Amino acid sequence: MESVLQSVQGFMYPNEVELQWGILIVLYPFTTGLVAGAFILASLERVFNVEAVKPTYRLALLTALAFLLVAPLPLQLHLGHPERSLEMYLTPHTESAMAMFGFVYLWYLMVVLVLEIWLDYRKDIVLMWRDSSGPTRWLYGAMALWSDNISPASLALDDRIGRALTVIGIPSAFLLHGYVGFIFGSVKANPWWSTPLMPIVFLFSAIVSGIAAVMLVYMVTAWWRERAFDMGCLDTVARYLFYAFLIDFSLEMLDLIHRIYEADESFRALDFMVHTRLYTSQVLVQILAGTIVPLGMLGLTQLVQMSEKARRRIYAMAGVLTLIGVFAMRWNVVIGGQLFSKSFLGYTSYKMNFATREGLLPAILLLILPFVILAVLIRLLPPWKVQRRGAGVSG
Amino acid sequence: MNPDRRAFLQKTGKLLVLSASASVAWEAIVAGRPETAENYKMSDHWWGMVIDIDVCIGCGNCVRACKVENDVPREPLFFRTWVERYQVTPDDLEHPTVDSPNGGYDGFPVQDKVDEKVKHFYVPKLCNHCHQSPCVQVCPVGATFVSPDGVVLVDKTYCLGCRYCVQACPYGCRFIDPRTQTVDKCTLCYHRITKGLTTACCETCPTGARQLGDLKNPKDPIHEFLRDHHVLVLKPQMATGAKVYYNGLDGSVR
Amino acid sequence: MSGWLKDKGHLARMAGLFAFGITAFLVFRWVMVPPGFGLYGHYRAGALDDARARPLQYAGRAECEGCHTDIVEARQGSRHARIGCEACHGPLIKHAQAPTEIKPTRPDGRVLCVRCHETNPWKPKGFPQVKVADHSDNGPCTACHKAHAPKIS
Repeated sequence: MESVLQSVQGFMYPNEVELQWGILIVLYPFTTGLVAGAFILASLERVFNVEAVKPTYRLALLTALAFLLVAPLPLQLHLGHPERSLEMYLTPHTESAMAMFGFVYLWYLMVVLVLEIWLDYRKDIVLMWRDSSGPTRWLYGAMALWSDNISPASLALDDRIGRALTVIGIPSAFLLHGYVGFIFGSVKANPWWSTPLMPIVFLFSAIVSGIAAVMLVYMVTAWWRERAFDMGCLDTVARYLFYAFLIDFSLEMLDLIHRIYEADESFRALDFMVHTRLYTSQVLVQILAGTIVPLGMLGLTQLVQMSEKARRRIYAMAGVLTLIGVFAMRWNVVIGGQLFSKSFLGYTSYKMNFATREGLLPAILLLILPFVILAVLIRLLPPWKVQRRGAGVSG
Repeated sequence: MNPDRRAFLQKTGKLLVLSASASVAWEAIVAGRPETAENYKMSDHWWGMVIDIDVCIGCGNCVRACKVENDVPREPLFFRTWVERYQVTPDDLEHPTVDSPNGGYDGFPVQDKVDEKVKHFYVPKLCNHCHQSPCVQVCPVGATFVSPDGVVLVDKTYCLGCRYCVQACPYGCRFIDPRTQTVDKCTLCYHRITKGLTTACCETCPTGARQLGDLKNPKDPIHEFLRDHHVLVLKPQMATGAKVYYNGLDGSVR
Repeated sequence: MSGWLKDKGHLARMAGLFAFGITAFLVFRWVMVPPGFGLYGHYRAGALDDARARPLQYAGRAECEGCHTDIVEARQGSRHARIGCEACHGPLIKHAQAPTEIKPTRPDGRVLCVRCHETNPWKPKGFPQVKVADHSDNGPCTACHKAHAPKIS
């Protein structure tokens, strides 16, 4: 008991002393945010015909899929009874925001991402099916559903349906991540979370993180394959990142100013928390290093003529800082919301374990896993044009 | 406002609160649902509690009895009911000094130096058995619910351990039982009250500071108590339909 | 493929796959939802019986008074008359079930009485409180006060 109370300052309700949601729950909105953001970037090309970002289209879709496959894992891992999680599908409580996760997730995974990727890649899949042999042949055959029709008429149909799916996909991406914000924003007991701005702030920071992630993945893959960067594409993506970031930053500042000006019953406690236990992660990492600095860097590239090399470096640095900043934002929402007592009279702190079920190690593994999945996906479904290999030569 | 009028308004207000909870229960009756237990009709009851701050002496009997009766984990710091100790400077309601050493389980240490200008009192806490309960609202699978007789219960064989309900409770009444990895909370001694007994905390309260009440039983003294006292629920701004009514609750209590 | 399905064969297969998935889910759900779920509300009706099934620890005052009529008499009119027996004597359902085999232990007055009656500013003003150290010479409270009827007459 003494050890539990060591971290407590002031008064907390006794049951509040232990934090309920740790780093795994920080990962969950971070990963789903990357999914939603990557998808929205992909849809720019498809729906709004932004030719310049075309090189990132398929890459963005695969990135979204890789992260979406990982998104439920941290949730699953933190449950007291993971084996009961199917109950979310069996008896979903319609009044519960969380119950809808299963359905929003399945809709997004199956109807939006898998279908759209399948339709977009179908021609390539059929061609690879024809070219390959052995187990690979079977795999591509299964992916093509053993239908090798790639007549122009069928491909035109695929394209039409794919476009329609993207149109449905945009509100779905908004739904997916706005909904994650709603899970927090709708908890009236917690003033740090409870604001109608929460879904919107989550959504825009998701778009920001998704664009930054795809931009970085594009740069890394191009460098890996020793290809020249498509600077037109990079400049456009970076510009979108800048605009999305501006909106995101304004929204977060609006939330902050509103809280300070309104100064309701919870303000004194929250203000104290931000100035003490949350100072590093909120003020230094999230706002300063993760928002103002990358925003300034991206803004500079818009204002000043720079060499390609300088721009590349700035984009890479800004991208990394952005991801750190958005991760810190998720951290500050999830962890910050549990550091103060609902009596507003006391504070606790979060002690992260390392190699436990809800510790840092599984969190790191869960952050690496999507990149492994992405590597496999890229190998299975190359997002760029591959030179047809001669038969028999394996890659 | 003249005192008569004020008293009338307060009474009417209370009656309104009561009839609101009664009407919710009435719907359950009208629906004509079957009953499973013998000698106990869920639709005949609507449970709540009265806590009289003015007579609570902070002996901790309720905390100890609850732990025994309900096998509540002793470590590290989990409580279905606990007692808080307040010190308030009379003109500064916003900055009370509060503590609850081991939830009041061992009673409270005596303090030698006492500031006569400061207001002192105990506040026993437990689940408020809200009928518009935010914890029930957020449960994704239906593992926690308001029973037809108005008690918020947990289905321990069905709970995922997602802890969303712990976050949603404004009063800090829920915790994860480390032995089962499911959520745990006050059941209002459901196994006792459905057998005609009172809760373990009320049974052992030496001063009658806690009184279980059946809001659907017209003969229950709770009606008289609610009529004759100025009662409040905790955090009324949360609008949770709390059914634990406090008499003598100070404005500084959170 | 022929006819109108000519260029839609792959889509039909995908649609079939989805239809199969949804049907399999509905069947799975139909099989897996626990019995009694939704009878009273969005929960398993059996959970109410589970909550009722917990064994008692405190027998309740009525149970005690059924046998200990002498104590009921002794307490009549006393200031301790309204206190539940198990508030001081502890949980005694086992004694109530097997009165001769299981005997309760006598509570320690120096702990029990002091807990309620030691002077403490948090206690309500009208409640009888003493500074225990000044009040007695460390003797047992019961030397002067009878626990069931504490007033010294």
